[in-house]
Order: sequence, then C-alpha cells, then structure tokens
Amino acid sequence: MFVDWPILSLVIWLPIIGGIAVLATANESRPMQTRVLSMLVAILTFILSIPLYSDFQLGTPVMQFQENTSWIKAFNINYHLGVDGISMPLILLTTFMTVIVVIAGWEVIKFKQAQYMAAFLIMEGLMNGVFAAMDAALFYVFWEAMLIPMFIIIGVWGGANRVYATIKFFLYTFFGSVFMLIALLYLYFKTGSFEILDYHQFKFGLEAQTWIFIAFLVAFAVKVPMWPVHTWLPDAHVEAPTGGSVILAAIMLKLGAYGFLRFSLPITPDASQSLDWLMISLSLIAVVYIGFVALVQQDMKKLIAYSSISHMGFVTLGFFIAWRIYANTGDYNGAVMGIEGGMVQMISHGFISGALFLCVGVMYDRLHSRMIKDYGGVVNTMPVFAGFMVLFAMANTGLPGTSGFVGEFMVILSSFKANFWFAFLAATTLIIGAAYTLWMIKRVIFGDVTNGGVAKLQDINRREFMFLALLAVMVLLFGLWPAPLLEVMDASVANLVTHMTQSKL
Amino acid sequence: MNFEIPNIIPAIPEITLLSLACLVMVVDLFVEQENRVVTYLLSQLSLLIVFVLTLVSFTAETQLTFSNTFVRDAMSDVLKLGVYISVFIVFLYAKDYLRQRDMFKGEFYVLGLFGVLGMMILISAHNLMTVYLGLELLSLSMYAMVAMQRDSESASEAAMKYFVLGAIASGMLLYGMSMIYGVTGSLDLAEISYKLAAVSDQKLTIFGMVFIIVGIAFKLGAAPFHMWVPDVYHGAPTSVTLYIASAPKIAAFAMLMRLLVDGLLSLQPYWQDILIILAIASMAIGNIVAIAQGNLKRMLAYSAISHIGFLMLGVLTGQQSGFAASMFYALSYALMTLGGFGMIVLLSRKGFEADKLADYKGLNERSPWAAFMMLIFMFSMAGVPPFLGFWAKLSVLKEVVATDSLLWLAIVAVIFSIIGAFYYLRIIKLMYFDKAEDTQPISADIDLKVALSANSLLVLGLGLLPGGLMALCMTAIVH
Repeated sequence: MFVDWPILSLVIWLPIIGGIAVLATANESRPMQTRVLSMLVAILTFILSIPLYSDFQLGTPVMQFQENTSWIKAFNINYHLGVDGISMPLILLTTFMTVIVVIAGWEVIKFKQAQYMAAFLIMEGLMNGVFAAMDAALFYVFWEAMLIPMFIIIGVWGGANRVYATIKFFLYTFFGSVFMLIALLYLYFKTGSFEILDYHQFKFGLEAQTWIFIAFLVAFAVKVPMWPVHTWLPDAHVEAPTGGSVILAAIMLKLGAYGFLRFSLPITPDASQSLDWLMISLSLIAVVYIGFVALVQQDMKKLIAYSSISHMGFVTLGFFIAWRIYANTGDYNGAVMGIEGGMVQMISHGFISGALFLCVGVMYDRLHSRMIKDYGGVVNTMPVFAGFMVLFAMANTGLPGTSGFVGEFMVILSSFKANFWFAFLAATTLIIGAAYTLWMIKRVIFGDVTNGGVAKLQDINRREFMFLALLAVMVLLFGLWPAPLLEVMDASVANLVTHMTQSKL
Repeated sequence: MNFEIPNIIPAIPEITLLSLACLVMVVDLFVEQENRVVTYLLSQLSLLIVFVLTLVSFTAETQLTFSNTFVRDAMSDVLKLGVYISVFIVFLYAKDYLRQRDMFKGEFYVLGLFGVLGMMILISAHNLMTVYLGLELLSLSMYAMVAMQRDSESASEAAMKYFVLGAIASGMLLYGMSMIYGVTGSLDLAEISYKLAAVSDQKLTIFGMVFIIVGIAFKLGAAPFHMWVPDVYHGAPTSVTLYIASAPKIAAFAMLMRLLVDGLLSLQPYWQDILIILAIASMAIGNIVAIAQGNLKRMLAYSAISHIGFLMLGVLTGQQSGFAASMFYALSYALMTLGGFGMIVLLSRKGFEADKLADYKGLNERSPWAAFMMLIFMFSMAGVPPFLGFWAKLSVLKEVVATDSLLWLAIVAVIFSIIGAFYYLRIIKLMYFDKAEDTQPISADIDLKVALSANSLLVLGLGLLPGGLMALCMTAIVH
C-alpha cells in the first residue's frame, strides 16, 4: 500500500523539516513541547521507514523504491534515490536509533534542548540521504552536510575538551571526503554522469583504478575508522554527549563501511583486489592491536570507542577477503558469507555499541564520571541496570545467542577459507574482546560498593528502562534469528560479489 | 571624414545611470541632513531603474557600438545584473552603519553609483581604452570612498595605500597594453585577438601580457599582488569594505575575461601557467595567513584572496565551461561575502565595530538566528554542502579535473580548502561553543535584519537548487 509513496524522500525530508520545526517552535520555558514534537517526528519517521522492509522485494539486486528527477541539469546531476539489500537495513537502523537517542536526551539535556533535538533529527535525514542516494553528487552533499550537525553536537553539548575533539573530527572527515570528491569528479569527467550505477559498469585501467581506490580509501577509512586514521574517534566519543556517541558509533561509522560496498568494491574491483593485502592487514591490525589498546583504557567511553574500531576491523576484513576466498574455493558462497558477515556485524554493532554508550551515559548522568575507578559494585544499587549492561557486554564479546556472535562467526568462518592465519588473528578478538569488556564489567558492575557515590545510586527509571529494553530485544532478536536480516541482503551481496570478481580491465 | 551617430541603444543602461547619478548628486545638494534618506532612496531607485532596463532588454546576441569600443552580450548583462544586486544590498546594509557614525552623506551614494558605472563600462569593454576607462572610474570612486572617514587614521592610511598601489597597478596595466598595441597596432580586443594569431614571434606580446596580468591580479587581489587587500578591508569603514569586497570582484572577473579571453586567447598556454602560479599562491597565502588573524575583516580579506585563487582555476582551463564555472564562482562569492560583511554591520553599533573574532563569542546565546546566518555564510565559504559555496568550488574543480594534465592542481586546491576550513570553523566555534562576553542585545533596523536573512536563505536556497544560476552562467558564456 505504501509503494506509491516517495518513502525515501519522506524519511530524508520529514526529519529535516521536523528538525526545523522544532527549532522554530522552541520555547525555553516549555521543554516538554520540544521533546514531544521531536519524539513525534522521530517515531513518525521510523514508522514511515518500516514499509522499506515490509514491502521490500527479496531475491533481486535491483534498486527499489526509486525516485529520480533531474536536480541540476547543467551538470547532469539527478535527485536519484533507491535502496537495495545493503542500504535498506542501514536506513532502518538509523531511524530506529534516532528514536532511542531522542528518548535518551529526554531530560538529560537541559541546555539548548531544542537545538540538540533538531540537530539529531536533521542528521537523521542527512544520514538516510547518504544511504539512499544513487547519484554520486547527491551522495556527497549528504555525506558532507552531515558533518555540520555532528560538529555542533559535539562542540555544544560535549565534555571538557570538546572543542579540540570536534574540530579534529571535522577536519579529519573533511580531509577524507575532499579526495573522494576529486575521484567522483574524475569519474564524472570520464563517464559524463554522476549515477553510481553507471560507475559500476564503467571499465577503466588499473592505474586509474588504483588512484580512485586510494581517494575513496582516504574518505572511507577515516569514517570507519581504520587504523592508523582512527585517532579522531576516541576523542570525539569521549567528548560527545551520550546521544552523539550513540549516533557516531551506531551509524556514522557504518557510513564508511557502506562506502566501501557502494563505491570502492564495485567501481574499482581490480584495484581493490590488488590492494586487498593492505586492507586485510589494516583490518587485522585494527582487530588485534586496537583490542589491546582498549584493554588498558581507564575511561569507559574510550574503551568502548576502541572496541568499536576493533569491531569495525571485522567488518572491513569481511569485505576484503572475498578475492582470496574466491581464489581458494572457486565459488562465490564464501565471499558472500564474508561480506554478509561484515554487514551483520555493522547492524549488530550499531545496536550493541549504541547500547553500551547509553549504559555509560546512564551512569554518567548520576555520578558525572566516566572513569572505571569511580565505580565498583554498581550491581548492588542498580540491579536492573547491571543486568542490561552485562547483557550488552556479553553481546560485545560475541556470546552466542546475541547478535554480536552472528557477524563475528560468519567473518571468522569465511576467513578460514581465505587463509588460516587471518582466521587465527581475527579469532583472537574473541579472547581480547572478552578480556577488555568483561574486565570493565568486573570493575564497574561487580564486587563490593567502593564509594559513597555508588552507594547512593538509584536504579534506572522507566525512560531508561525503555530504551535499554528496546535495544536488548534487538540484540537478542538478531542473535537468535538473523534470517530476516540475511535474506534481504542475499541478492544484493551476491550481485556485488559478481561485480567484484569481474575484472574491469 | 563622415560622422555617424552611433547606436546608443546597447548603452542605454549606462547612459541612464550616468544621468541618474548626476541627478542624485544635484538633489543631494538641496537636501537637509535630516532628510538625507532621500538621497539613499533615490540611489536605490536609480539601481532599480537600470536593473529593470537591463533586464527587459536582456539580449543573447553580441551588440557592438561606439566604433566597436563597447560590447553588450549575454555575459555583460548577467554580470551587470549581479553588480546592481550587490550594490543595492551594499547600500541597504550600509544605511544604519553610516547613520550611526555621522557618515550618512550623499558622497557615499554618488561615489557608489559612479563606481557602478565604472564597473558597467569595464564589463562591457571591447577596447583596451574602454577597459582602462571603466577601471579608473571604478578605482577612483573606491579610493575616495575608503578615504571618506576623514578623521580616522586607519581609513586614511588604507586609502593612501590603496591609491598608491592601485596607481602602480594601473601603470603596469597601461604599460602592458602599450606593448600589445605596439605588436598589433590595434586597441580593439577582437582585432588584437585576430592579429595575434598571425604573429610568429610572441616574445613581445608575452611581455605585454605579463604586465596586463599583473594589473588584473592587483585588481582581483590575487597573491602576490594582494598586499592592499587586508589593509584596505580592515582600515576602511565596514560599509565601504562591503562595497569593495563584493561587486568589484564581479567586474574584475569581467576584466579578466575581456582581456585574456576576448583579447589574448591565442596566448592561453602562456597565461595558463601564470594563472596557475597566481591561483596556488593566492590559495596558499589566503588560507594560511587567514588562520593567524584576530580581526574578522582581515580574516575575510585573506579569505577573499583564497577565493580569488579558486575563481582563477576555472578561467585558466581556457575552456568555455571553465569560464562559466568561474563566473558562477564570482557571483556566488559576491553573495557570500556580502553576507559575511553584512553580519559585521548587523552586530556593530555606535562605538563598537564587532570586527574582532572575540566579539562573536556566544552569539548563539544572544541571538540564535544571527548565529545560524553566520554559520551558513561560514560553511558556505568553506565549501561545505548544501550551501552555495560548495557548488562554486565543485564547478571550478570539475573543470580542472576535466583538463587531464591539471588533475594535480585540483588536489592542491582541495588541500588548501581543508586548511581554509579551519578558520571558518573557528568562527562557528566562537559563536556556538563559547560563552558570551558581550551581552548587549543586537540593535539593528528591521530592514537590515530582513535583508540579511534573505541573503543567508539565498545562500542556502541556491545551495539546494543551484541549477538555475549555473545554467544562466553557462548560457551567458557559451553562445
């Protein structure tokens, strides 16, 4: 019934217009009005995005829910939207997480609440735009515009060192993206079009492919972030307000990985293949080395930030082992499994890291500290909260039954088909990840009550229970029954793998 | 010798403006100081009249008149419309600023209108003499405007510097023109272009061309001929800076086009190299030195230098689409810079210039809308979508990338734009992340607020739908 609606335009523009409306109707003396309006916009957007899943046609890699009108005739730029099995789940993740963020910011944000809510809503629209854009110029506009609200969010509502963190965040990502812009302009010059799907078909030589691959790599690696350009992330995460950290970890990091799937792999398959050693090494360094870095963190947010980098290493590993698997086994199935594993890991990590940041936020709101040493024995005063946090921590370590397990398992399994040592190194994360996560849990949640602050803690209220419960349901749902997620991806990923394995030379 | 009455129809807007400017000058003599607003309204009316005149007679064909010294084509019409709009906005923004500082005199408007006339002649020049005539009319008006605040030391210093350096640049330009005249025996740009193609030894023409480029680079404010820009922008009253920073850039772009493209296109391989050096130097000096500025007017001056560097990227490709991209850049930049300096006018009041960076601290608390407008202008100048400045950068970069051998230049340009992003971000940081030091409410007239809001929304709106303006620039250049 919804098929005739321009659903993608709605999920992009409704939150943006809603955000402007929140700003326009802002009234410092009536914060409730702002909250309710923001909540309505967020929920309405989420509801509108559901048909993307329910009316999604399985078994075809064709772009669905397409909208295409000419935008800038002089440059042949179109307002072309569409989703396939790769981008659709990410849009749903965005609309879902925005609802969570609005709930999470409900009473906590007291300063300029309308601007806070509006920034998140506008950012939701822009992120949906990135996932839905089928025109490279449109993609770039959304991709860059997204920096503006995030810059403001970290800078205005962040912690003590927020200015440094937010400028670093902006300049790092801006640095990455301008090279992508040059690459896109080059492709436009060669093909006369900004259509991403035209680029997928475009054949060109290895040298040009390599340069374009590197330009894309700079943009996407900064966003993922991959070692060694990851250093902005811990700073940004630590300083960002809880909601900002959630969106950063749950969605913004996925944009980089999505970029690899939409741009690097299908547009420059030969360069990707010839440089896959580099990507695999960077991914494994992220998995292992950053895991060790996470182990020594004293700040919970920093710990989760490093854990995010390490988990995103899995995602990129899953994407770039495809050729080795194909070379070893000669069939597509292993490669498809690796990429799907990476995709599942993206979605699952969205829920888990978001939930963990929210847990830290819950504690921070009470004691105004993120330091592990300021806590201890929280389970004694906040038993319900402790239950949630332990669940999410277990999911973060990849416990079977949680969504964290599915993605990691698929990636490790497929990397066995590529090379034993890849799998071996990747699998060490099961130990390191468990070590840093559980050690943090031991020090924060369990044991005796260590100080007076913890002794006075109140357990979570209904609002906090609601968002943690929603996320817990998601984590368990996709852990026990990942099939709905996998079946929507199947056709698109298979199509991607055929693209990747066909040489363009 | 037979004397023909030339066809004056293509020059009707110029003739009308000249008459109206004289009328304004005379009327102003009989107006009491408390009724000075009459002069203001008459000047605005004059601009409106020539705007309508140009618009209704808009033509896509090339009309030559006055013994081929004057040309009217689509490019000249579009650029002139841009000039009228910019100056109209300048007069509007400047009104209260001038009034608060006892500078609300007829001279500002008369000189402003004569400056517009100079720009119009420059834009329509088809002869080396007409170029020079228009340029001097514009420059002399601007020197006088900078010096208008007689008791201000900084303004007098700025005027002196501007005049001396401007005179040197004019001399350079004339010297270069004389060389070209010596080689071709003609002052007519089309004839020069035609004759140069047949000249076998280019040494002397290149020599002349270098001097012409120096003159142009000075007027554009391109490094290394940029020394006057920060001093004049900073020293002049903000109302005059508004004027200097906006419309004359459009006219200077026209001068670049008339001289290098209409006249010296056959030397394109030579001037391309020079423009590349100028562009890189401008982007480098503009963006790097701007970081060190504590004064917003100076910062915007260095930002102007870097924008000129970007603007030249389109022209130096030597392609028509490249010229169109630069034209789009010039018009977009005029709109953004009007907004930037307009914000300084908005926040200033009697005895407070609001031109230090620290004056912008905590603006978001004092006035969220003012802060948001400034945010739009800053991100637009930094080249972040979805604002107009992004499309301006995109269109010139596209042309550079399309010239295969210049791909490296595009990379250099984006690296400087990353460096540039830093100082624009710093303004946003001050406005949004810092606590306010100045807590006085913003006192500005409603017309200024409305106009500035429209200006910022235009930068956003044209950023969302830039197609129309781009198409206009394309049709203006590509016949």
